[in-house]
Amino acid sequence: MKKYLSFFRIRFVNGLQYRTAAYAGIATQFAWGFMEILIFKAFYNADAAAFPMEFSQLSSYIWLQQAFLALFMLWFLDNEIFSAISSGNIAYELSRPIDLYFMWFTKNLAIRLSKAVLRCMPILIVAAFLPSPYGIVLPFSFLGFLAFLAAMLLALFTVVAFSMLIYIATFYTLSPLGIRIVALSLTEFLSGAVIPLPFLPDNVRKIVEATPFASMQNLPLRIYSGNIAGSEMLRGISLQVFWLTVLVLAGRLWIKKALKNVVVQGG
Amino acid sequence: MRLYLKYLSIHIKSQMQYKVSFFLTVTGQFLTSFSAFLGIYFMMTRFNKVDDFSFSEVLLCFATVLIAFSLAECFARSFDTFSGMIGNGEFDRIMVRPRNEMFQVLASKLELSRMGRLIQAVIVFAYAIPASGVAWSADKVITLVLMIISGIAIFSGLFVIYAAFCFFTTEGLEFMNIFTDGGREFGRYPLSIYGEGILRFFTFVIPLALFQYYPFLYLTGRSANVLYILFPLVGFMFLIPCHIIWKIGVRHYKSTGS
Amino acid sequence: MIELKNINKTFKIAKRNAGLSEALKALFKKEYTCVHALRDVSFSIGNGEMVGYIGPNGAGKSSTVKIMSGILHPDSGECIIDGLIPWEDRREHVRHIGVVFGQRSQLWWDVPVIDSFELIRDIYRINSTSYRNNFEELVSTLELADIVRTPARQLSLGQRMRCEIAASLLHSPSILFLDEPTIGLDAVSKIAVREFIKRINHEHKTTVILTTHDMQDIEALTERILLIGKGQILLDGSLSELKKRNSSYRTITLEFNTGNFAEIPGITLNNIIDGHAVFHIDTGMISVSSAISELSRSADITDISVTGATAEEMVVSLYEEFKI
Repeated sequence: MKKYLSFFRIRFVNGLQYRTAAYAGIATQFAWGFMEILIFKAFYNADAAAFPMEFSQLSSYIWLQQAFLALFMLWFLDNEIFSAISSGNIAYELSRPIDLYFMWFTKNLAIRLSKAVLRCMPILIVAAFLPSPYGIVLPFSFLGFLAFLAAMLLALFTVVAFSMLIYIATFYTLSPLGIRIVALSLTEFLSGAVIPLPFLPDNVRKIVEATPFASMQNLPLRIYSGNIAGSEMLRGISLQVFWLTVLVLAGRLWIKKALKNVVVQGG
Repeated sequence: MRLYLKYLSIHIKSQMQYKVSFFLTVTGQFLTSFSAFLGIYFMMTRFNKVDDFSFSEVLLCFATVLIAFSLAECFARSFDTFSGMIGNGEFDRIMVRPRNEMFQVLASKLELSRMGRLIQAVIVFAYAIPASGVAWSADKVITLVLMIISGIAIFSGLFVIYAAFCFFTTEGLEFMNIFTDGGREFGRYPLSIYGEGILRFFTFVIPLALFQYYPFLYLTGRSANVLYILFPLVGFMFLIPCHIIWKIGVRHYKSTGS
Repeated sequence: MIELKNINKTFKIAKRNAGLSEALKALFKKEYTCVHALRDVSFSIGNGEMVGYIGPNGAGKSSTVKIMSGILHPDSGECIIDGLIPWEDRREHVRHIGVVFGQRSQLWWDVPVIDSFELIRDIYRINSTSYRNNFEELVSTLELADIVRTPARQLSLGQRMRCEIAASLLHSPSILFLDEPTIGLDAVSKIAVREFIKRINHEHKTTVILTTHDMQDIEALTERILLIGKGQILLDGSLSELKKRNSSYRTITLEFNTGNFAEIPGITLNNIIDGHAVFHIDTGMISVSSAISELSRSADITDISVTGATAEEMVVSLYEEFKI
């Protein structure tokens, strides 16, 4: 356990080193969030009745999405893992007394958390001061807030679990580029990163909400603002737990198989 | 220039060796911009109009920006990835050659694989051009062509500014993404939807509106102001400050090494 | 003709901190350290000279070379190369110099070497006759005929280095900067490269400035040595001068059956393995013949040889002497 904590600490401290990068990153994300909200405002102006959620709920969604980008977005993949696999260096990792899946999992968690912690506070603070309905609202209930935190944690784990599948897939193709590209473009849309899922027509939305992608950011972001509440919320969280379990089990089985191949081929 | 063509032939020859990676990148780009297209599709289906622009008009705008961006990325990619060039000493090699540095950097990369977005844009154009209800006369066609060319120039200029900043620092450059990737993403809708302030910013500071918005008004018949056709040409002049910033960057590099 | 006078250069480097609290502090305030890369550096090199530029890492070698190439300009001081100021008349100056970086290639990776050569010809605007002459000469003396149509990425390091050197000479530069040209090469390639450099220096009167850690390069090629340490030129002299400096230093190599070596003043044991021992003697303290008789008293010697200091050893003692 200590090993994993020290991985975590090293990554974290490393992330804090880059001061200007942090400032610039925050400014970038802020600008991005701002522009996104303006797009939705334009649509709202065009036809407010067709807007599937309260505008303030949408603003909260966007700001939380930006603040916790590093937690939710699949494209924060670890290049070190890809190059270790494609270069064959993975053989060295196998000679160490650690569980590879667990190590990668915690490594990815650490990277994402360290990035998110740096970014989230400034963005959230500024967003809190924006005039409503453009800013972020306070959570609508304490219980809801707890549920939000739970959902967010589950979402993070789901994202990492899915990333693991992407890493493992590259054992078989030796070209991380292809897998990444297809996986990323698919998940981007389906997870609600392009437009929040409520904006999709109902029949499409129902299908997407059943996929693991909807558990990645869609759920926590909507729980926060109360867009999803009550029994729907409980259902969503249990779906998250379900998908997380499936992804982790699949990952662990698959990595065992993949590593066996590596040993047979000699890397 | 003939030298540039020689560079191009080396790049094409060299990229033909990596066919798999080429197709994958093209596919990936296509899928990503398809994602963006889906976003527009679903939003417009729900709302019908935004800022009074119809679905196919928005598509015209989207495709124009996409073509301009993908071509700029294809040719000026070396500026977009410039931090690597300083890091691995390639820029030092460029400085030891008796040719203009900016030219050499420009010629050093040609990424045909960036064309994935181009393919998406062409397909979108294929639908949007007839469906948009624009009366396609000679002047409208010229307008569209100028829009695209000017867009290529402006996006390339933004890449150059990014590269110039790399001379001063290797961090904090993420900010430029707002204008390059941001320009592409937020430019998928006519820039007027963001309000007066933003429109003015993108007219006078980063002249994206000069190629994406004003001529677009003329194109879609919303304005009869013929001068709007010339706005893209004014956009070209953006390259002048970009060049100046580049030169300042090179001078700084010569004073501080890497 | 290369002339440097009182060149100074200082760099500011941001401090990076380890540990969590330091890193958090760094978020709010940046600290810098000043590195004096070059301090009052002056020397001149005549046409056709071959100079070895040595010194430990971080001593200022690459900064000096960058200034001479025109990539960097100094904080103060003068540098005039063939009547031009390198960083001011960059394009004109660079036309006449060739640079070989040992670890970075100027050849395009995925296309045949000859394509890279032709592009270089166009970049330098070399006229077709000189290009053809140079090309043929370089291909024959460096034995590139078989490999010149292969893509660079498929070549071995030795082959690539030969192509690299050829590429830097296509435009007939009057000055050649070589940075670690034999690094990583096998013995045969090293010798080939050294022979070639000697030859072009002799035949074309190309001025050669060789930056290297490989003392055998120095011994084989250069008579004149510039030693730089902590930004200052510590020595500007010839290899033979250096040898004279170390004239009281001798190495005795022994082969023996059995031996038990006691401490003898003036004799230091360098290493001993399995019947083979190397000693260093200071002839100021003990003569060679006395040393040999002392040693033969302690061992059953089967073979013995006496040599002067190698260039490597000389440089190590130089570093010690100058504390760099």
